[in-house]
Amino acid sequence: MGRRERLAQTQSGAEGMQSLPALLHRNVTQFGDAPAYREKEFGIWQCWSWAEAAKEIRAIALGFLELGVEKGDHIAVIGRNRPAHYWSMVAAQMVGAVPVPLYQDSVAEEMAYVLEHCGAKYVVCGDQEQVDKVIEIQENLHQVKHILYTDKRGMRKYDHSQMNALDDIMAEGSAGHARFDAELDKRIAAITYDDTCVMLYTSGTTGKPKGVVLSNRNVIESAKNSAEFDHLTRNEDILSYLPMAWVGDFIFSIGQAYWCGFCVNCPESADTMMTDLREIGPTYFFAPPRVFETQLTNVMIRMEDAGKLKQRMFHHFMAHAKKVGGLLLDGKPVGFGDKLKYALGNLLVYGPLKDTLGYGRFRVGYTAGEAIGPEIFDFYRSLGINLKQLYGQTEATVFITVQPDGEVRADTVGVPAPDVELKIDDKGEIHYRSPGVFVEYYNNPDSTASTKDAEGWVATGDAGFIEETSGHLRIIDRAKDVGKMADGSMFAPKYVENKLKFYPDILEVVLFGNGKDRCVAFINIDLTAVGNWAERNNVAYASYQELAGHPRVLETIRGHVEEVNKSVAADEMLSGCQVHRFVVLHKELDADDGEMTRTRKVRRGFVEDKFHDIIAALYDGSESVSTTTEVTYEDGRKGSISATLEIVDAPVVPVAQHKVAAE
Amino acid sequence: MLDNSEGYVTEDGRQIGGVVMEMKNITLRFGGVVAIKDISFDIREGEIRAIIGPNGAGKSSMLNVISGFYVPQEGEVWFHGSKRPPMRPYEVAQQGIARTFQNIALFEGMSVLDNVMTGRLSFMKTNMFQQAWWKGKAEAEETENREAVEKIIDFLEVQHIRKTPVSRLPYGLKKRVELARALAAEPKLLLLDEPMAGMNVEEKEDMSRFILDVNDEFGTTIALIEHDMGVVMDLSDRVVVMDYGKKIGDGTPDEVRNNQEVIDAYLGVSHD
Repeated sequence: MGRRERLAQTQSGAEGMQSLPALLHRNVTQFGDAPAYREKEFGIWQCWSWAEAAKEIRAIALGFLELGVEKGDHIAVIGRNRPAHYWSMVAAQMVGAVPVPLYQDSVAEEMAYVLEHCGAKYVVCGDQEQVDKVIEIQENLHQVKHILYTDKRGMRKYDHSQMNALDDIMAEGSAGHARFDAELDKRIAAITYDDTCVMLYTSGTTGKPKGVVLSNRNVIESAKNSAEFDHLTRNEDILSYLPMAWVGDFIFSIGQAYWCGFCVNCPESADTMMTDLREIGPTYFFAPPRVFETQLTNVMIRMEDAGKLKQRMFHHFMAHAKKVGGLLLDGKPVGFGDKLKYALGNLLVYGPLKDTLGYGRFRVGYTAGEAIGPEIFDFYRSLGINLKQLYGQTEATVFITVQPDGEVRADTVGVPAPDVELKIDDKGEIHYRSPGVFVEYYNNPDSTASTKDAEGWVATGDAGFIEETSGHLRIIDRAKDVGKMADGSMFAPKYVENKLKFYPDILEVVLFGNGKDRCVAFINIDLTAVGNWAERNNVAYASYQELAGHPRVLETIRGHVEEVNKSVAADEMLSGCQVHRFVVLHKELDADDGEMTRTRKVRRGFVEDKFHDIIAALYDGSESVSTTTEVTYEDGRKGSISATLEIVDAPVVPVAQHKVAAE
Repeated sequence: MLDNSEGYVTEDGRQIGGVVMEMKNITLRFGGVVAIKDISFDIREGEIRAIIGPNGAGKSSMLNVISGFYVPQEGEVWFHGSKRPPMRPYEVAQQGIARTFQNIALFEGMSVLDNVMTGRLSFMKTNMFQQAWWKGKAEAEETENREAVEKIIDFLEVQHIRKTPVSRLPYGLKKRVELARALAAEPKLLLLDEPMAGMNVEEKEDMSRFILDVNDEFGTTIALIEHDMGVVMDLSDRVVVMDYGKKIGDGTPDEVRNNQEVIDAYLGVSHD
């Protein structure tokens, strides 16, 4: 024991700290009174110190032993972010079992596949809703031995022969501790660095979900490296609100939290997240771009309603922040006058605004998952909020590349994270190798072999390149979507589509041009934004279709396309992807019509087939096209819309045949 | 089975206790209009009892008799084994009867939290001066009552609107807040006047779930008025059917559903 404690204080801690239970023990001995978990319940933040949390976790582990959990059993955890669910995962590790967090919003069939695949014998459910799903699955799948639940509400009437409240199991375990203490300590001591820490299922855009097995080594090395990279300490506060089944949440709320010893705060409910964010004021924060977008929109809408003086002050100082805020954050030189004005702005505008958003104590934060609009990104940076981007995936235990402080840009995803090696193959696909590289896909050697080679290199499925000047990685698109144009130059639709989608007027874009001599695009307007614009400018319209075809709307969109073409042309590799012609579609692409997936990703092939007549018109030079499209209403009935769509030519920047610098 | 004063066991296995409230030969007149004509029925401990009927059948009048708002000209109301004298509504509330209203009756300008706190009024013992001074007794009392209210807020899943003024809430949520306020009084008997009126399917499902949960978790006896037949049949243990101020049926949902008089009242009958 003495050796373990001594090692904990040295930099080479990872050697001594070979499991989360070991880290938990270290945290209890070193700062047992410091807050480890908070959860808002009954309107008050309830708090558990490391010592208290360790006690709870041990009680759950003893309860698991009493239930007869064997080494290597899988324990599924389905529920929202709550301390008890995090504790269940660590308790599962203590008894040598493998925790498998699942997405709580998945329907019973999706859950059935995962439960069957991992063979979970025990399931920890958040509430009645999850228990019902497991019971439904259990009718065909007779493997679950025991269901545990945290929220007792509505559970009174259930048959409890194979079911218990987690509290009861904890009480029983604690009562029987004399019988199980020795066994538990033996199991904790037996955990090795290469034992499985957690199994996470990837959603998988194609095919069935795959269970990614991550070892203690993967999790602890990644947590250590990333924590050191951003100088995280045990004084951080994080808000845990992203799905527990997602690798990011596991690393932030368990990996890094245990490595650094910082406090994990759980919101009261999904709906109160924004209020809870403001109350906690996290110092380290993670959110997908969507969260930042929504917040920015809300700020802008509320500013419209503010008084004249406040509005002018806001716009004046925001303009100044845009000029120098980012530079100050990056530590670049800024004139004394500008600094003084920024300080004044901080007092009057930025500070209060950050407090309102819940970012008053924001020290470092990340956004990832999809591309973030540069305006949104710069808005937060200019306020002095150190928002950065990272690129990662489950198979890498999150981190592949991260942006170091002072080198943050909207269009790159940063440099390789510590201990990560990166290479780009001849097709442009990104490969990496790191201590975080997953062990295997559970029970799926074929997929493991096709993703990870013998030397440990993992193919990401994403195409990208490393910028020569800065050494930063830039992601272009999913590798399978990247093609070649007729003249051999690269076709990367997502890259152009994202640039267009950053305009609030544009909801969705589909770019075509693989194997052709030029690119054309379908565009969906954003009804909220464009409708709002129409209202303010007295543009009358009766339907989505009419608004989408309005000449002034087309003119605005044409302006956006022109700007994007200019910026695409500036990029040597992708200058061929400029949009030559486009149509604004008469209907929104919709999952009910099969044009998108349920997660709102465009199904390219399907769209290409369905609207082949419009694509043909885009390429044959006609000025308009008449088309009839089948639509599915929400109740499942089918109907059709006919429309004549105007095809718009967009100005393109001529590109030199040989790659000569533009200026 | 229903004559057994010991109670009965429901289809889903809940034990229903003895009679909590009994209406004996109630007649209520407004001038020459007879709203309720000689109606008798009982409400048993722990059950969900519905009063249904077409428009103008006298359902709401009946509920107002139970809540003490109307005093019937004839008949007796027995509560917990003793005859209830004519009472003011607040006295009825002190006996452990709480209600919600068909047309929401919340304090629109106040937050959800404050509205629910008003439901705790009968638990507040401090006087105006103690509350103005606040320190000490009033503070302790508020903390205690706030805890009770927070449990209800959690139970009805309205945490996200705790501090929102009621006037800004959509209809379905207002109904839920009303239920929360009624529950805050920790009633023995909860009266719900058309809890699903004007709701969409999803809101109705939510409300049904909350009503069942309240009955299940707190063991609250519930009497409700509703004209959405589907909802009533799924929720209730026993149903009283009224038409033109008269009782035309009384029994389990199945019994009522097969009662010819009830079918006639709802579907109409040809007069030949």
